[in-house]
Amino acid sequence: MMKRLNWKIALAVIVILALTFTLARFERGDEPVSAGVDSSFEFQSWTTENGARVVFVPAPELPMVDVRVVFDAGSARDGDLPGLANVTAGMLNEGAGQWDSDQLAERFDDIGANYGVSVKRDMAAFSLRSLTEEDLLEQAMQTFATILAEPTFPHEAFNRVRRNTLVSLQNKKQSPGELAEDLFYRHLFGQHPYATPVLGKEESIKAMELADLKAFHQRYLVANNAVVAIVGDMDRPQAEALAEKITAKLNAGEAAPALPEVEALDEANRVDRSHPSAQTHLLVGQAGMRRGDRDYFSLYVGNHILGGSGFGSRIMETIREERGLAYSSYSYFVPQRVNGAFIMGLQTSNDQAEQALSLLQEVLTRFIDEGPTAEELQHAKKNITGGFPLRIDSNKDIVQYIAMIEFYGLPHDYLDTFNDRVEAVTAADIRDAFQRRIHPDKLLTVTVGNGSRSE
Amino acid sequence: MRRLLILLGLGLFCLPALGQVHEYNLDNGMKLLVREDHRAPVVVSQIWYKIGASYEHNGITGVSHVLEHMMFKGTEKHGPGEFSRIIAENGGRENAFTSKDFTAYFQQLEKSRLAISFELEADRMRNLTLPEDEFKKERQVVMEERKLRTEDNPRALAYEKFNAAAFMVSPYRHPTIGWMNDLKNLTVEDLQQWYHQWYAPNNATLVVVGDVEPDAVYRLAREHFGRLPRVDVPPIKPRVEPPQKGERRVVVQEPAELPYLLIGYHVPVLKTVEQEWEAYALEVMAGILSSGRSARLPARLVRGQQIAAGADAGYDLYSRQDNLFMLSGTPARGHDIAELEQALLEEIEALKNEPVGQAELARIKAQVVAGDVYEKDSVFYQAMQMGILETVGLGWQTMEVYREKINAVTPQQIQQVARKYLRQDNRSVTILDPLPLDGQQPAGSPTATGH
Repeated sequence: MMKRLNWKIALAVIVILALTFTLARFERGDEPVSAGVDSSFEFQSWTTENGARVVFVPAPELPMVDVRVVFDAGSARDGDLPGLANVTAGMLNEGAGQWDSDQLAERFDDIGANYGVSVKRDMAAFSLRSLTEEDLLEQAMQTFATILAEPTFPHEAFNRVRRNTLVSLQNKKQSPGELAEDLFYRHLFGQHPYATPVLGKEESIKAMELADLKAFHQRYLVANNAVVAIVGDMDRPQAEALAEKITAKLNAGEAAPALPEVEALDEANRVDRSHPSAQTHLLVGQAGMRRGDRDYFSLYVGNHILGGSGFGSRIMETIREERGLAYSSYSYFVPQRVNGAFIMGLQTSNDQAEQALSLLQEVLTRFIDEGPTAEELQHAKKNITGGFPLRIDSNKDIVQYIAMIEFYGLPHDYLDTFNDRVEAVTAADIRDAFQRRIHPDKLLTVTVGNGSRSE
Repeated sequence: MRRLLILLGLGLFCLPALGQVHEYNLDNGMKLLVREDHRAPVVVSQIWYKIGASYEHNGITGVSHVLEHMMFKGTEKHGPGEFSRIIAENGGRENAFTSKDFTAYFQQLEKSRLAISFELEADRMRNLTLPEDEFKKERQVVMEERKLRTEDNPRALAYEKFNAAAFMVSPYRHPTIGWMNDLKNLTVEDLQQWYHQWYAPNNATLVVVGDVEPDAVYRLAREHFGRLPRVDVPPIKPRVEPPQKGERRVVVQEPAELPYLLIGYHVPVLKTVEQEWEAYALEVMAGILSSGRSARLPARLVRGQQIAAGADAGYDLYSRQDNLFMLSGTPARGHDIAELEQALLEEIEALKNEPVGQAELARIKAQVVAGDVYEKDSVFYQAMQMGILETVGLGWQTMEVYREKINAVTPQQIQQVARKYLRQDNRSVTILDPLPLDGQQPAGSPTATGH
């Protein structure tokens, strides 16, 4: 039992938040906290012959390598078939090249290599972890490259994956937290591609055909739409060879087109869904910001104080520490290609839901009106910049962060300037950014629980 | 096989950045384990107390976990919330966790900040104030946590009832978070007693991994923890589970969408087993069933027969007391619990009747060897492994021999443990039988909260 954050909930949040928290990881603070910290790992980048962007950090300490290939092929590219990106990505290792599903599984397991796939709204990410001993790496790499470029999409496996996706969708229905999140995204984003759940919907999963998957693969899982991130025990020529190998069989293709802008809600909206649970799950928010947003640092540091840093943040203090209303309470931005969500949330016993909701609203309104105190700002900066070294202490983390930076086209000096930009944020900047960007009179409120009326 | 040989060879060379474990004992009985890892200028510090839910008895279940929460509510020197504030201001992360066999606290910091963590942990090891008003709020928070984790999660509820049925006497029958009714009736006096009885230097292990110099860590530990008094820690009663005589079946009816199946067999663990190899054979057997996508349950039940949407096997080698060898799963669409159960039991029979193939076994061993390298990517995990082993009384050295012991397991040994332990009369089965979810219950009726 983790005490502070519920790790299960937190994990879901942290996955999204990774993008928010991560950047701090690379920064070298100027203050004594990080004096003597050597953060200068070599972040190198180039482009493969067929157009994939590559980022690489050598990490010679352990005889292993982490590779992460990220495509602009998340659920925002689903089109009329919600879940298409996710099912397509999940199908790649069900058959590829000359190998069937079992053989692919054995090719990785035989050599202790780990293959993984995750799809979010913006991206589909494929990861591989392997030992770097030549023979082993060769087998891992060959299998990985074949999966990405030459999936065979066998029919039988497709039917099974679809059926099991339907089971996952059913599983979500028994979770008030997941129901709340789906409702929140649906009502916040309306017609925008961010509105639908990554996992898809029952109708669309049933309607999907193999041809849809093949077309999706052909269009989006292509070199010009990819970033390859490598962290491991190798030098630049080895990394170059590896990146070429991984991408060699991919079609060059084209980058995905720009996503439509997100339209802000023009009025407040509330959605209540009845559910036989002991707690009501509450989400309140609106459209937030994008990656590389001009207000990014003001909103990021501000949110840290509002509800982004766990204990010590205003939401946690008000909801949990002062009143004991909830185990977990938080706020976060999901910076994406275009404006992602800004969400405040908590779970509390049904009979306390309305009280907790008004407290959340109060905390937000006050924060927007007054901005942070000088002391809060100072603490936030110390925490963000001082925590830097912790965030680069594993290859697994580093590979995710460099892939993200390249994927969103953040400037290459982004890491070097990150702490300075955090330090440069003033209380007035935060107040100004929150006043311009967050509108407490136009919030979407979603509740799922027993205390609520039916939708 | 050649690949396996390469793999086996690989593990033999010393990883340059990682040092040996250094063990120290303070005069008051506290143990310190330090391991150098100079890859990043950070340090993780963890305190492990030999206390957890399996030390509790009826009426006070959940006390270890609630006390863990209260450890952040202040000492005479540092008021409520101060601990977290100081760590945050130093750019650190901190948290804590409670399990059946231990309660642990950790900080991750830039390396020069280790003294801050030691000062704060040493202070709260003996000087907690446990204010009544903070306790009442925190008890509320824990009850909300229980609702979130268990009451509103059908699978977690089924698992809780499964455990309580599989164990009649063993303290493993209690949920770590505690029964709701016990939480409601917990008092601050219960916590005080628990705290004074168990939070002592001689009942704790301090584990430090990171960019540090072991002797310097030792000096620092002596300075901060060395002056804390030793406490008489009471011996605990064994509460050993009597042999099971016949299968137990429990049906859990809860509002849910999906059925869920749990099967468990009483088995020894490394700490309790008479012949050590049996525990390692059980570990490999769990791997054969569900380690990796090529393992039997995903390959045969999810992909092959397509009876399961998901299926898992699990075994906790490092428990303090006898535990369960577990199987669990959700049926695929168009299949029911009975078919899934039948399929899982056939896999068990196969383990008894046919020796595991060499290629399968080699695959598991390859994963273990590679896993050994991968695990070193995380300083936190390294510290955690040492902490668990030391706390359950196996000693950190156990992790050093893990690979060797796994490699020694033979197909015949797996067959032997399968026959010896995976018997029907030693089996507990729990089925989650879903009740309708969609608003059928009249408002205010006891649904998931009916404890």
